[in-house]
Amino acid sequence: MTPRKSAKTTAAPVEREHGLHLLRSMVRIRRFEDKCAELYTATKIRGFLHLYDGEEAVAVGVLEALTADDAVVATYREHGHALVRGVAAGAILAEMYGRQEGCSRGRGGSMHLFDARTRFYGGNAIVGGGLPLAVGLALADTMQQKRRVTCCFFGDGAVAEGEFHESLNLAALWRLPVLFVCENNLYAMGTALRYAQAATDLAARAASYGMAAAAVDGMDVLAVEAAAHQAAAAIRAGEGPQFLECRTYRFRAHSMYDAELYRTRAEVEQWKQRCPIASFTERLRGAGLVSDGDLEAIEAEVAREINEAVAFAEAGSLEPVEDLTRFVYSERRLP
Amino acid sequence: MTTTAGTMRKLTYREAVREAIREAMHKDERVFLMGEDVGRYGGCFAVSKGLLEEFGPERIRDTPLAESGFTGAGIGAALGGMRPIVEIMTGNFSLLAADQIINTAAVLLHMSGGQFNVPVVIRLATGGGRQVAAQHSRSLEGWFAHIPGIKVLAPATVNDARGMLWTALEDPDPVLIFENSNLYNMEGPLAVEAGAVDIDRARVRRDGRDITIISYGASLFKALEAAEILAKDGIEVEVVDLRTLRPLDEATFLASVARTHRALVVDEGWRSGSLAAEISARIMEGAFYDLDAPVARLCTAEVPLPYAKHLEEAALPQVAGIVALVKKMVGGHG
Amino acid sequence: MADFCMPSLGADMQEGTLVEWLVKAGDEVKRRDVIAVVETDKAAIEIEVYEDGVVEELVVEPGQKVPVGTVLAVIRSEGEAAASPQQRREPAAGTGGAPVPAESAAIKVAAAPAKPEPAVSVPSAPGPAAARIKASPYARRLAAERGLDLSQLPGTGPGGVIRAADVAGGVAPQVLRPGTEQAAPVVAEPAPVPPAAAAPPAKDFQAGMRRAIAAAMARSNREIPHYYLGLRIDLSRTLRRLEAENLKRPIRERILPVVPLIKAVALALGEAPELNGYWVDDRFQPQEAINIGFAIALRQGGLITPALLNADLQSLDELMAALRDLITRARSGGLRSSELTEATVTVTSLGDLGVETVYGVIYPPQVALVGFGRIMEQPWAENGMLAVRPVLTATLAADHRATDGHRGAQFLDALNRYLQEPEKL
Repeated sequence: MTPRKSAKTTAAPVEREHGLHLLRSMVRIRRFEDKCAELYTATKIRGFLHLYDGEEAVAVGVLEALTADDAVVATYREHGHALVRGVAAGAILAEMYGRQEGCSRGRGGSMHLFDARTRFYGGNAIVGGGLPLAVGLALADTMQQKRRVTCCFFGDGAVAEGEFHESLNLAALWRLPVLFVCENNLYAMGTALRYAQAATDLAARAASYGMAAAAVDGMDVLAVEAAAHQAAAAIRAGEGPQFLECRTYRFRAHSMYDAELYRTRAEVEQWKQRCPIASFTERLRGAGLVSDGDLEAIEAEVAREINEAVAFAEAGSLEPVEDLTRFVYSERRLP
Repeated sequence: MTTTAGTMRKLTYREAVREAIREAMHKDERVFLMGEDVGRYGGCFAVSKGLLEEFGPERIRDTPLAESGFTGAGIGAALGGMRPIVEIMTGNFSLLAADQIINTAAVLLHMSGGQFNVPVVIRLATGGGRQVAAQHSRSLEGWFAHIPGIKVLAPATVNDARGMLWTALEDPDPVLIFENSNLYNMEGPLAVEAGAVDIDRARVRRDGRDITIISYGASLFKALEAAEILAKDGIEVEVVDLRTLRPLDEATFLASVARTHRALVVDEGWRSGSLAAEISARIMEGAFYDLDAPVARLCTAEVPLPYAKHLEEAALPQVAGIVALVKKMVGGHG
Repeated sequence: MADFCMPSLGADMQEGTLVEWLVKAGDEVKRRDVIAVVETDKAAIEIEVYEDGVVEELVVEPGQKVPVGTVLAVIRSEGEAAASPQQRREPAAGTGGAPVPAESAAIKVAAAPAKPEPAVSVPSAPGPAAARIKASPYARRLAAERGLDLSQLPGTGPGGVIRAADVAGGVAPQVLRPGTEQAAPVVAEPAPVPPAAAAPPAKDFQAGMRRAIAAAMARSNREIPHYYLGLRIDLSRTLRRLEAENLKRPIRERILPVVPLIKAVALALGEAPELNGYWVDDRFQPQEAINIGFAIALRQGGLITPALLNADLQSLDELMAALRDLITRARSGGLRSSELTEATVTVTSLGDLGVETVYGVIYPPQVALVGFGRIMEQPWAENGMLAVRPVLTATLAADHRATDGHRGAQFLDALNRYLQEPEKL
């Protein structure tokens, strides 16, 4: 793929307010992830930590197409999705701190963010494991005549899993309202797609199950947003599941303990030239939609939010050890 | 059990399960059955025969051979407000769905800090003894009973086959129901008004004072038959039906062992790392000073179940083996 | 004199080969000097000495492989006189094989441990360790509760394990009848015990049972402050009713006079629950079930008291059947441990032998024993009239820690009352 030229066009690609909103969302993710990395090295956060730097346009663009009533199933690299979906930054960070104020009460950590209020169903860290879940959520909606969309994020690595194929087939077979979003960042941990798949056109493979599938530049938030809107509209129109392959790249290592032996620095640098935030900022600037003051305001606002999140997490409390075996079985009966 | 005309009737275990499904589907619109060949074929073991006609393909839902996919879909549907009954044709194939059961269903409630519970019911046929060889004869219920976050049931009687399903569907958490395929044809008495039963207590199926046999599923009937034989020799065997393998109702079997001072566990699983091992350990922990003999176990021989009839029979716990072992435990030296 | 031994350099080191001596006899050595090189499974290791002294003798020659703990050399401490040649150890060479460590050396740790010793573990000879008594946990608990010495009890379980039945004084009958070809009812199939380990001579077990009884009774007399009450009871009503009842039954099902006595005891205990239970841990623990241990003399000698469970709830016919069954099994085989351990009170009837009055010794941890003597025709005054009636003396031996005589008297009174109203039995 060739990097899109930051054309000095005067045609406005997007309305100013919306453009600022998208930019702010991406910046929130980037700064949040930077803070996570910092806190990790300061040992405030432990366990596995997978950061989303470079892929922000995917979460931001896709989630624009959802309503509050829709559901999201995500992976272990899901801080950004949770943030954009509306889970409070403080609750996410407190989760990583292992505090009971965390969005999963400290039981899940970085990889298992959950939030019932925003219908955010994790935070699933078995590659491919979230897909059948999304199919089931959509099946429930269909059977209950609820016209909602279940949006399922997964990486290119999941395409190798049986659950990917079983789920796409089921969703297509039963025409379920699932938006499958493949975040193709070219690497399943350290194994490049070309070493894992004979056929690397993932959208084509999804299409073979009998569903509409498209590939989109995952570094372009507007392209992602447009494609997501189109797919969501088709789902809401009853056309069955849709597949969106977002071609993207992660700027950081797979997780914190990764020597990145599997890719060259040059490759990373090349992709960084296409940073979704920088390129979108350029476009907005080129169209005269943002000023330096706007950018400073965004940065300041995000910094304030993150500082508050850190303070919230720091002030969080530890769940009493006596509660250790809670949440293994439900404490209440269901209606 | 006595059959009182008018209040009791006879039906097979298969019919009991089918009735339970049918009743659940009538009672609660959210309930549906999903699995391989449950609809047009009528169910591999004919459990769901006739239900497609009654409830239609939306609620009696045939699936492709994709255990992980449809089991996960059942879990997702449960999350989404439905009450799915997922039928995994046999427990052997549960290994293909193990990721969804163990890595998703069993942990979502916990990982989400109590936000998302998974009220799914998964039915699986289990057990050996039908000459279908190694890949179709496994008893994996003990494995699943190892996992916190799920409940594991093993209905043995027609009454439990009839009554456990509804209680399982009402349970907010994932419940696995292992139905021993040798029991489907078994006929048993059922009260006309029989309904839901508890899914958290073991039952003493026969009183005795000399030894307690702890078992479940199809092995229960072997234990009861052995008890009958032993009674003729003056040995009174108490037989405990575990019914629920997770969480274990240890109070019931510990109380029984405290009365009889001896325990034998009969389990179709393999002995190493088995449910029988767990029960034995709990007796050691909870009733050590009541024991007048070491706890004994009769499990399946440590071999994949062979096809040949005589070998398969030799591998599985049998009545004669139970009788011999009990005599050895209760008698002195010869 | 100190021994310099083949050291253990790790838990997995069983033996080592002496590669080289770095000293010779007569050399002076100081603590921490390396004096030998030993080849182990892992590597050649230099071995230090932990004594100051003079090498008295090199016992093992280079090239020899010896077990850990073998004396390699003898070190004479400073100031100690040289040993005479006769006192010296003979080198174990000569057989060509590894020398066997001298017994004394094998159990002797390097001498003069003024400072912490190296981890030289010396294998101790597997001496005749005191044989551990094999008893089931339940049997141990029962024995402890009753103050019985396990070593005095016969073990009739597999491999001679002491089980609850043995503690209760019962002996598995198949053991009491060595040489009988017919298997006892309980053991329809011979247990797979090799003949050598099977049934010891009957005498041993009789002796064992005698010891068990001795232990229990000695403890009873030592610990239980007994009190005794006796009451003569007119049995004419009971016997009349029994006769009438028995007329309705085939001979084999007729009820023996002892049965209504047992039933009456059970019902009377219902009114005096302080006599039905156990004295354990310095307090009385009442038992809900009334299980009457009925003393049965064995033909081989000795006595067991299997329980008639829930005697108060059983009909006379049921009790008779149960008693007949118990006696048969007690004498021919097949009593179960539960029957021998669950008695909450004991009844002894010695009337058959002509005894008039029984002064029983309580079977701990029970707190009462009811004795019945012979039924004798005696003159009996009632309402101013003299008549000849069948009369028996009932006695109560009771534990004064649990009850007082007043309570005991109430019990005997109730017993009498039931026997005067046999239709209630």
